[in-house]
Amino acid sequence: MANKTYSFYPGCSSQGKASSSNYLTSTNSMCQKLGITLNEVPDWNCCGASIGYGGGGELPRVVLSARNLALSEQHNAGQDMVATCAACWLASREAKERLDHSPEMKADANVALKEAGLEYKGQAQARHMVEVLLEDIGMEALQSGVKKPLKGIKFAGYVGCQTNRPFGIVGESFENPMYLDNMIEAMGAEAVSNYDQKVTCCGGALAFSEPEKSQKQIKDIIESAYDHGADMIVTPCPLCQANVEIYQGEVNKRYGTKFNIPVTYYSQLITVAYGGTAAEAALGGHLVAPAKLADIANK
Amino acid sequence: MSEMKYHNNFLREVEERVEEGHMVKMCMQCGVCSGSCPFGPHWAHPPQELFMMIRAGKREEVLSSDSMWMCTSCYQCIVRCPRKLPITHIMHGLAYLAKREGKVPKGQPTAQFGQMFWDNLTKTGRVNELKLSLSLYFKDGFGQGIKNAMAMQSVGLGLMKAGRLNPLEILGGHSIKDKSGFQAMLKKAREIEDTRRKLA
Repeated sequence: MANKTYSFYPGCSSQGKASSSNYLTSTNSMCQKLGITLNEVPDWNCCGASIGYGGGGELPRVVLSARNLALSEQHNAGQDMVATCAACWLASREAKERLDHSPEMKADANVALKEAGLEYKGQAQARHMVEVLLEDIGMEALQSGVKKPLKGIKFAGYVGCQTNRPFGIVGESFENPMYLDNMIEAMGAEAVSNYDQKVTCCGGALAFSEPEKSQKQIKDIIESAYDHGADMIVTPCPLCQANVEIYQGEVNKRYGTKFNIPVTYYSQLITVAYGGTAAEAALGGHLVAPAKLADIANK
Repeated sequence: MSEMKYHNNFLREVEERVEEGHMVKMCMQCGVCSGSCPFGPHWAHPPQELFMMIRAGKREEVLSSDSMWMCTSCYQCIVRCPRKLPITHIMHGLAYLAKREGKVPKGQPTAQFGQMFWDNLTKTGRVNELKLSLSLYFKDGFGQGIKNAMAMQSVGLGLMKAGRLNPLEILGGHSIKDKSGFQAMLKKAREIEDTRRKLA
């Protein structure tokens, strides 16, 4: 396959035994199968996510990303910096946009970065792994490598917010992006064709601070997946994944529902469809086991 | 801004002190943001109303409102705004100004959580998810903390079983190497912003 090399920003939630460590494991497996080499940004820091605004304000938040981009420029020169987490990507790209468009902000950020012995030049691009798959590899090539089609599984493709807005994927609409559905079909599975909750917000960080309000969002997202006959939900975002999976018990208590639906990552689908094992796809890393996907992986 | 002599004082203050505040005056009051917001029903003053209040000079009402703390950062309002106001960022900026001016309603949960998140990440350069959850559960004291933790026990145990929560994180956990450079960088960034926005 492709033999492509990127600078890689994994992000806090994908670290060992953190909430999306299964995303990282399956990403590594997927990239290995696709011929993608990932060079981790040395000593990367948290992006501040969105909720960082409350304590950090603007410039401190922007320099968090500037530091990562500066480290990437310096150590992985000439390589695009790729993130798998929606918030990491959004923060990096947002910061880059502001730094590259405002000479004053760039100068301010560099005064701060100097304290850490770094300089932001603006050479590295901030990209999402989904962009790598769609733009650098392409859906056709992605499909052509499938060894075990995910036959008989119906997925609700839950894109969520921050992989989709405000930047999104070039050529896709904010209101009804199709790439995740296309990816599901390319892996030989069936996509829910009219999943009306595909870009609904899961509450994000407010799932922690405003659980009642957020769980209403989560309920809508899952309810529609069930009503459209989905066996599983699949998403590109680690916070969407966590919120929609781990609060199902709470939602059931609050609303009297009986939700018990697996929530997976696209990287797990691709890993399994490319012949990877359940361990390579990190299928053990779920509260609700994706049994149908494991069945195909174990075949 | 000095040439804009008919601007009211609070609009001028927002333009100078709030992230992307210079765009507030561009709001045309269509209400698409309010209709698009997932937490719309919970806002006392939805975004377009806050913009109108700013233009009417209602400083106290705006800054002491809990409305902007309802923002989930879903960016729906930004992509739909016909005038391309960066509404999400303006909400973040208003919330931060309210915090620095000491106007946040007491016990506002997202304001509290936002601060915990920032304190958590700046300590080691990376988020410690276990300590973050515990600081949230125990924010209202020990007794309530035990109750909260017990209520969320099945989630915690489930995550631990799935290898997605490490009880040993309590002892330290993930960290960057250059903590001192990182913290000096953030301190400097805050100094610069405080001077520019007259926040100190």
